[in-house]
Amino acid sequence: MKVSVVITLKKDVLDPQGKVIHQTLDGMGFDNINEVRQGKYFEIVTKEDDKKKAEKKVEDMCKKLLANLVIEDYRIIESQ
Amino acid sequence: MNSSVITFPGSNCDRDMDVALKKFGFKNKMIWHNDVELPKSDLVVLPGGFSYGDYLRCGSMASKSKIMQSVINFAKKGGKVMGICNGFQILVESGLLPGALLRNKYLQFVCKNVFVKVNNKDNDYFKNLKKDILEFHVAHNEGNYYCSKEQVKEINDNNQIAIYYSDATGNINENNNPNGSIKNIAGIFSKKKNILGMMPHPERMIDPVLSGNDGSIFFENLINNLK
Repeated sequence: MKVSVVITLKKDVLDPQGKVIHQTLDGMGFDNINEVRQGKYFEIVTKEDDKKKAEKKVEDMCKKLLANLVIEDYRIIESQ
Repeated sequence: MNSSVITFPGSNCDRDMDVALKKFGFKNKMIWHNDVELPKSDLVVLPGGFSYGDYLRCGSMASKSKIMQSVINFAKKGGKVMGICNGFQILVESGLLPGALLRNKYLQFVCKNVFVKVNNKDNDYFKNLKKDILEFHVAHNEGNYYCSKEQVKEINDNNQIAIYYSDATGNINENNNPNGSIKNIAGIFSKKKNILGMMPHPERMIDPVLSGNDGSIFFENLINNLK
């Protein structure tokens, strides 16, 4: 089972890289952008075949290592 | 006084710290991150550097290394643990100190001398210190101290703010904040004040010919406090 996770900074945490990317996109002519937030993406391939169990394990990994819950949120976006 | 400096893969201020601790009278041992047992220590230091290449988040990998379980147990029993720069990042990642260290606000690696104002002297690190304002050196990319509003209130109420970035006369404002840290925080304590994490490097200020002497004042005072 492959579980995909996205980790982003929490809403109220300043994301200076996202800001600079936003400004650069603006400068390139991509207008109408409200906000850019940068994040991290992980693909975790586990030996677990059961979707629920696999996602539970990955959630545990997020809480213990992949994300720092003081500043980041995690979201499992796909399991297949 | 016995001290231990933990070396992680990618630590690069560990030997500077060793020199500083020995210069002011500590019997220091270098401890490898893969060791399990911590030798008898009056002070454990997590040094600066780029442990594990700053992969994932600064300090996150190191905070899970074998020796850290012993360091955490030592700290929970009231042992003195000091983390400098990357060591501070490891302390917040391991949950020994509250908050987190984000990328510097202006996205620049900051490498310069800074002044810090000591906020709380009611602890073994700064008690009896002759000066209130010290000149230390910083070199980091992720030193922007962050915590939630509730946590700011909590660390403030518990007197956990150790040092602020300031100017030479002790003014604390945005102009002398090198990285965007909340309230100009440069270093914090644990609730019981036995754990200190700070971004500035006192070990780089122990020789007036090379840099400065405020690190000497800090270490001399520290060993006297621990005796």
